[in-house]
Amino acid sequence: MSGAAIGIGSSGASVKRSQKTQSVLIHVVLIAGGIIVMIPLAWMLSTSLKPPHQITKFPPIWIPDPFVWSNYVRAVTIFPVSFIVFVRNSMYMSLMITLGTVLSNAVVAFAFARLSFRGSRVLFIIVLSTMMLPQQVTMIPLFILFSKFGWINTYNPLIVPHFFANAYFVFLLRQFYTTIPRELDDAARIDGCGVIGLFLRILLPLSKPALGITAIFAFTWAWNEFLGPLIYLSRMETFPLAIALSFLRAAHGVLWSELMVVSFIAMLPPVLLFFVAQKHYIQGIVITGVKG
Amino acid sequence: MSAQAQSGRTPLSRFFSSSVWTRRTLKQKEELIAYLLVSPWVIGFLAFILGPMLTSLGLSFTETDLFTLEFVGFENYTKLLSFDTTRTLFWTTLYNTAYYVFLSIPLTITAGFFIATLLNQNISGQPTYRVVYYLPAVIPGIATSLLWLWLFQPEFGLINWALSLVGIEGPRWLFDRSTAKMALVLMSVWGAGSNMLIFLAGLQGIPTELYEAATIDGAGIWRRFRSITIPMISPTLFFVVVTQIIWSSQVFTNVYVMTEGKGGPANATLMMVLYLYQVAFRQYRMGYASAYAWIFFLILLVFTLLLFRSSKAWVYYETEIGGQRS
Repeated sequence: MSGAAIGIGSSGASVKRSQKTQSVLIHVVLIAGGIIVMIPLAWMLSTSLKPPHQITKFPPIWIPDPFVWSNYVRAVTIFPVSFIVFVRNSMYMSLMITLGTVLSNAVVAFAFARLSFRGSRVLFIIVLSTMMLPQQVTMIPLFILFSKFGWINTYNPLIVPHFFANAYFVFLLRQFYTTIPRELDDAARIDGCGVIGLFLRILLPLSKPALGITAIFAFTWAWNEFLGPLIYLSRMETFPLAIALSFLRAAHGVLWSELMVVSFIAMLPPVLLFFVAQKHYIQGIVITGVKG
Repeated sequence: MSAQAQSGRTPLSRFFSSSVWTRRTLKQKEELIAYLLVSPWVIGFLAFILGPMLTSLGLSFTETDLFTLEFVGFENYTKLLSFDTTRTLFWTTLYNTAYYVFLSIPLTITAGFFIATLLNQNISGQPTYRVVYYLPAVIPGIATSLLWLWLFQPEFGLINWALSLVGIEGPRWLFDRSTAKMALVLMSVWGAGSNMLIFLAGLQGIPTELYEAATIDGAGIWRRFRSITIPMISPTLFFVVVTQIIWSSQVFTNVYVMTEGKGGPANATLMMVLYLYQVAFRQYRMGYASAYAWIFFLILLVFTLLLFRSSKAWVYYETEIGGQRS
C-alpha cells in the first residue's frame, strides 16, 4: 500500500519506470534473501542422501551421486528402540496437549470475552502478566510436585498443565470472540438461550478459525518441545522424537547423513502443517502479535 | 427467565439452568457461571504458577536434593552473587546470555523489519515470500540445532566453505571460545522470519492517507519513513523487543544440543537456563537452582519494567495524536 504512495510526487512516465526498477530491485533482494534462508534446508536434504565419502568432501558436493536412499532406512533403525515408538510418543503427547489447550482455553476465553463478573479486569491483567513469566521459576517446584505424584517417566507432567488454560491462547481466543457481534448474543438470549447455550451454539461454531489456529500452534509447540521432555523422561521407550534425536547426537556425534535424515523427518509434521494451514497460521500471529 | 425455558438442551445447560439457581437473580447466576468457566485458569494459575513460584522462593533459602532439606538462609544468594569467580558461574552465564541477547535481538529485529518493509511495497508474490522467510520458525529446535551444527562444522561445513570463496579462512566456530557465542547469534538470525510477520502486520496497519498527505506536503522517502513509519510502527517494535528479550534470554535447546549439554568450550556458551538445568537436574542442587531461577526472573522483570517505563519516551500511541489534534 505504502509502496504506491512512495512513487507519488514525481510525474508521468518516469514515475512508472522508476516504480518498475524499484520493484525489480526489491524482488532481487527478496529472492537473494530467500535463497540464503533455504540453502541450509537444501543442504540438509543433500547431506541426508549422500554416500559417506561425499559428506566430507571440500569443496562440498551439492547433488549426491548416487542418491543413497538406504541412509533413511539406516538412520531410523540405528536406535535400540523402534523409531515408530518415538513418532508415536511425539504424536500422543502433541495431540493430547492440543486437545487440552483447545478445550480449556475456549471456555476460559469465553468467560473473559462475554461475561461480566467482579474482578474480571484484575484477573485478566494477571493472565496477561503471566505471559512474561519465564517458565524456569516454576520448573523446580513442579518437578518436585510431579515426582511426588509418581509422574516421572510419564507424559502427565507435560500434558496435564495444558488442560488448565494458558495466557497466550486465552488472549488469542478472547481477541477473536470480541470480533463476533454482540447482537448475536442478544438475539440468542431472546430466543431463550442461556449462557452455556450461547457459548455452545453461537460463539463456538463461529470461532472455528480461531480454534483451528489454537490447535495448530499448540500442536507445533508441543511437537517442538524440548526442555520439558528432557527433564521428565529418562527411559528411551518414552522419548518423543526431539529427545531421541539429541540422544543420537550424543551417541553418534558425526553420523551426519543419519542426523540430517532424522532431523528432516522430525521437522516434517510442523512444516507440513504450516504449509497446509499457512493462512490461519499467519492470521493467528497477526491477531496476537506473538510469534509461533 | 424460567428454568423450563432453558431445559431440554444439552446436559450441561440443563445443569446450569436447574432450580438450584432460580432463587438468584439473573446477574448473580451469570456471575457464578463466569467464575466456574474461568476456574480452570484460576486452578492452573494457583497450582502451576503462583504456588510453584512461592515454593521456589522458599526453596531458594534451603539446600535440597528431593530427599533431604536444610535451611541455609541467604547462603545460596551470597554464593551465587559472590565476586569470587572461582566460587560461582553466575557472572559467566549472565555475560554469555547478555552477549547472546543483545547481539541477536538487534540483528533479528533489523533483518525482520527490513524484509517486512520490502514486502510491504505492494510486491507481487508476497504470500510466497512470507512462507519462505517464516519457514525456519516452525522447524523444531532440535532439527535446527543439528542442521547448524553441521553448517558450522569447521572442516567440511558449508559456512566455512562460503567464507573460503571470498578468501577468508573460517574460524572453528563452536569449538573456539572466541567464536562459539557468535555462531549461536548468527544462527538466531535465520529465525528472523517471525519478527518479519509481526512487523508486516504492523506496517499494513498504517493508513495510506498519512503517506499521501506527507507526499503532497513534499516529504521525500526518508522523511516519510522517519516521520510516519517509525512512530507508527513503534508500538509493534516495543512489543517485539519485550517478547524477544524474554524469549531469547531463555535460549536452551540450541546450546544444549550443539554443546552436548555442557555449554563449552570452556563455558563460553554456558547460558543461564542451561546452567540452571545442569544445577537442578544433573547435580540435584534444587535449592541453589531455585535461588538462581529467582535471580534470573528478577533480572528479566527489571528489564521488562525498565522497557515499559522507557516506552513513554519512544513509543507513539495513536490516541495521543488524536488528543493533540482536537
